[in-house]
Amino acid sequence: MSHRRELLVLLALAVYASPVAWQLLTSITPSEELQQGARLWPSHPTLASYAVVFTQSPLPRALVNSIGIALTTTLLGTVLGTLGAYALARLAVPGRRALVLGILMTTALPAIATVGPLYLTMRALGLRDTWGAVIIAHTSIALPLMLWLMARFLRALPRELEDAAFVDGAGRLQALRHVVVPAAAPGIASAAVVTFLLSWNEFLFAYTFTATEASRTAPVALALFPGVFEIPWADVAAASVLTSAPPLLVVALLQRALVRGLLAGGVRE
Amino acid sequence: MRAPAERRLAAVLLAPALAVLASVTLYPLAQALVLSLERRVPVFGIDEFVGLRHYAFLLRDPAFANALRVTAVFTVASVALEVVLGVAAALALATMRRWRAAGIGLLLLPWCLPGVVTARIFEWLYEPTGWLGIPGRALPALIVADVWRTTPFLALFAYARLISIPPAIGEAAAVDGAGRLATLRAITLPLLAPVLLTAALFRTLDALRAFDLMYVLTGGGPAATTETLTLYAYRHLFQTLQLGLGAAAAVLVLVIVALVAWAHVHALDATEART
Repeated sequence: MSHRRELLVLLALAVYASPVAWQLLTSITPSEELQQGARLWPSHPTLASYAVVFTQSPLPRALVNSIGIALTTTLLGTVLGTLGAYALARLAVPGRRALVLGILMTTALPAIATVGPLYLTMRALGLRDTWGAVIIAHTSIALPLMLWLMARFLRALPRELEDAAFVDGAGRLQALRHVVVPAAAPGIASAAVVTFLLSWNEFLFAYTFTATEASRTAPVALALFPGVFEIPWADVAAASVLTSAPPLLVVALLQRALVRGLLAGGVRE
Repeated sequence: MRAPAERRLAAVLLAPALAVLASVTLYPLAQALVLSLERRVPVFGIDEFVGLRHYAFLLRDPAFANALRVTAVFTVASVALEVVLGVAAALALATMRRWRAAGIGLLLLPWCLPGVVTARIFEWLYEPTGWLGIPGRALPALIVADVWRTTPFLALFAYARLISIPPAIGEAAAVDGAGRLATLRAITLPLLAPVLLTAALFRTLDALRAFDLMYVLTGGGPAATTETLTLYAYRHLFQTLQLGLGAAAAVLVLVIVALVAWAHVHALDATEART
């Protein structure tokens, strides 16, 4: 395709993504300008809204909660998922096909079906409004996807790698740690990115199991962003930018790994 | 390694993950089924077995029928638009060379945003129009927001399949005198069909259980014109606090999800049998 047409496609994609940039512009527009109808371009860009969000809103605490919850979920999901996936990919598991099918089916479960009973359980266990409740819930959503993605990655690795380690006298676990995990690192990274995004963006469980600043995640704080009489648009935009920054950053840094992870399920041979 | 030892190791490695799934997903699911047969209103200390009464009520409740209709419109319209736009984007992306990575990056931007952020962006975008407060406008507005955030998923899915089609197939068609459109219709789209069905299944399941976008953008309003089944179930679970009724509605969402998945798998088998 000619260079010019290629740039046209790129331009169309940029227009498609432009609401994200618009949100960024809105966040640096003074509130007075927004009220006067200057919705597109700030004539006096300012960081005042970020100052408001950082000093007068629950968002900073929510960002800390989200980072802690998403990182813990990613760690738990990655470790438990990789161990389980290795068993599914390489070891004799009775009823493996049915198990894999069951795991795949749980990825389709609507969270609304379990959120009621889970809420009652979390309350009974005293976990309501803690990081723990959200981490447990998010790990349960991430695990089936993690098991499925990682089992695919691990099955695609050549068996000879491990066989060489066995010949050298290594046991299964040693081979897993020193040979399989390093070889599967790109796959693990992409599955970890997907898990992080899933936990960071999740709303239903995070909204239901939290009640105060102690555990509310960034999306929950953003959904509840204070506005008494009218919506403080510039502040909301700043809070939105801050809430989307971590996922955008992760995707920007790990785009290749992520695309590979996403597409792993897409292409069927 | 001996087989029994290997099986033991497999059990040890799988146990933690399966324990989480059993206790945090399957057990609550069973509890939801039981709950749906009970009248449970904790604030009044009510807890009694009512059998299928909630299901009977739901089937007669006009608000539930409305939620069913809204969900059907939202799901069908969103997924159809996403497939069409996604295929177009994938075709455009596949012809790119130099700027391909940049193109994929731009597509990932809307996709990786939290749903709540998307809702806030579109709330601001629609603010001058007032659509979110007008019955008849709010649902299309909601569908547009959902299409915006999820088309990239379909585009990347279709794109991955497109680049795996050997270019020789298209070239052979060109030698045979087939035009671009004819090649697209006779060769590219049929090759894409199974992947599109799979992607459409994932997207349909997501659309049926979507919550964040509509909860923040419209909250089901105005006049319940955007109240989906998930919002309906949530309202009864956590706002009117009729846990049993909410659970029954949630179980019906699950039944619909299962039916859709079953139908899709059959359609997929049929398409693969043809190719």
